[in-house]
Amino acid sequence: MWAYVIRRVLATIPVMAVVALFVFSLLYLAPGDPAAIIAGDQATPQDVERIRASLGLDRPYLVRFGAWVWDIAHGDLGTSIFTNLPVSRMIEQRIEPTLSLMVVTLILAISIAVPMGVVAAWKQGTIIDRAVMGFAVLGFSVPVFVVGYLLAYIFALELDWLPVQGYTPFERGIGPWFQNLILPAIALGGVYIALIARITRATMLEVLSQDYIRTARAKGAGQVSILFLHALKNAAVPIVTVIGIGIALLIGGAVVTESVFAIPGLGRLTVDAILRRDYPVIQGVVLLFSFVYVLVNLVIDLAYTLFDPRIRY
Amino acid sequence: MSAFTADRAGVSAATVHAAIPMPDVLPPVKPRRGFIGFLRRNPTIAIGGGLLLIMVFVAIFAPFLWTKDPTALAPAMRTREPAARWWFGTDMLGRDVYSRVLYGARVSLLVGVAVAALASAVGLAIGLVSGFFRQVDAVVMRIMDGMMSIPPILLAIALMALTRGSVQNVIIAISIAEVPRVSRLVRGVVLSLREQPYVEAAVASGTRTGRILIRHILPNTLAPLTVQATYICAAAMITESILSFIGAGTPPTVPSWGNIMAEGRALWQVKPYIVFFPALFLSVTVLAINLVGDGLRDILDPRMAKSL
Repeated sequence: MWAYVIRRVLATIPVMAVVALFVFSLLYLAPGDPAAIIAGDQATPQDVERIRASLGLDRPYLVRFGAWVWDIAHGDLGTSIFTNLPVSRMIEQRIEPTLSLMVVTLILAISIAVPMGVVAAWKQGTIIDRAVMGFAVLGFSVPVFVVGYLLAYIFALELDWLPVQGYTPFERGIGPWFQNLILPAIALGGVYIALIARITRATMLEVLSQDYIRTARAKGAGQVSILFLHALKNAAVPIVTVIGIGIALLIGGAVVTESVFAIPGLGRLTVDAILRRDYPVIQGVVLLFSFVYVLVNLVIDLAYTLFDPRIRY
Repeated sequence: MSAFTADRAGVSAATVHAAIPMPDVLPPVKPRRGFIGFLRRNPTIAIGGGLLLIMVFVAIFAPFLWTKDPTALAPAMRTREPAARWWFGTDMLGRDVYSRVLYGARVSLLVGVAVAALASAVGLAIGLVSGFFRQVDAVVMRIMDGMMSIPPILLAIALMALTRGSVQNVIIAISIAEVPRVSRLVRGVVLSLREQPYVEAAVASGTRTGRILIRHILPNTLAPLTVQATYICAAAMITESILSFIGAGTPPTVPSWGNIMAEGRALWQVKPYIVFFPALFLSVTVLAINLVGDGLRDILDPRMAKSL
């Protein structure tokens, strides 16, 4: 068991190294002169030189990479070209809204999607099943900002039930905080719900045809207990895996959702950085999100034994 | 039919003939052949394909569908509500939203199809080599694992931040983000095919490696690859609109659906139609492609189809 945990943890190191190397090398792989592109069309040669120096493009590739990794290992993600602030501090200031949005979306999506998938599998072939599957196809097809605008239009502008845009920090009370997050979370969760519901239904269909389900029925277990205690437990591993993989969708979607709902989080930071071509900030955010993604999936991998005691390493 | 059953049951022919003739409970099923029959059996492809054809038609014949110049400015007639003269209204620069949305179909479909083709071709090449040659596999797959750990939209954003916004660069950026997934899929198929007896036979009979890959392995990867390509096409169209929407995509002068929505964003609370129409077209097109993809998967991969 511990040997596996150590092996698995060590296996994330090359993945993270590739992520870092790739994100770093983009500056060199990009066609043209990145310093000139970042500086913009109105820049003087001095501006371009200043940016070239601040990006380290005037130094050899390997020297620069070594220094960059050393800095990251010490928590230094570089300095913003535009604000001259450390990228790590800019990220720190923006992390709470994004984290809140992700957590609320995650909880909301799982608690909607899993029961949806379970019921669809139970009522396979009926109108309920078709409705769930139809919703799943729609969820994959309607972009997150379209859902966002639609929800904001109906529930905020027309019905006036919820705030249109903005974010209230958690410390100002859980009520206002949640009110601001519920629409973005539903918009962001759309694709994610579709994905989880689909995989839940598929896995549940497989599990429900197993002998032990028939045994459970024969011994008189109730429908709810069969679905949620006997079947869902055995279907947990693929579902949890998809929940982990799908976090990539949440991260990408958060960038857009935060723009639609004017939430001052990391997504907003990224979008602002794009408009100013502030590459160090983009690099820092991409790196942070990728590392979080790798770590979340590591934790899920290690947690399989909790969901399914048959799995032993 | 009756003679066959009688023989099987070991009953004499006479008794069978004496029996009261049973009415046919099930009428003989004659599956319709040809194109119409195919569409009947695959309603998802019929609906998705139909919608998609309409969009392709709109994209190709945009200049003839009562459109104006999608970039023509008319500041005096800005932000007009949809009416007989402006079917979808006008935006804040007085441009006709109907014309822009129809021309936008060209950009979105071009990006979708180009990314699907490019990502499939590159992913196929990487997947074939990586699946067949163990020495390469370890290295290539570590790189792909790393790239897959970067959320695709963020990867595309990072790439776009370093290049000038153009349709071509958007296509390349989204393709790079999609390649790892394709090569993983192809590699998986190749790994299982490599152990098949017919591949062993080809190796034993002295077939050259290149020929084995192209003649014996490649054709078997095409079915799952085609299904994957349709999903990539749909995802690429969404990613393009997201990139344009946040200002990291096609240049603002290009009337893409993402750009129209980005421009309508500031006014969406008072003039929601500027965002609504491109959003509707985008959603319908992506839905159509996803339906075609689901239909293709049902035909090409029946094992997957049953569960999903």
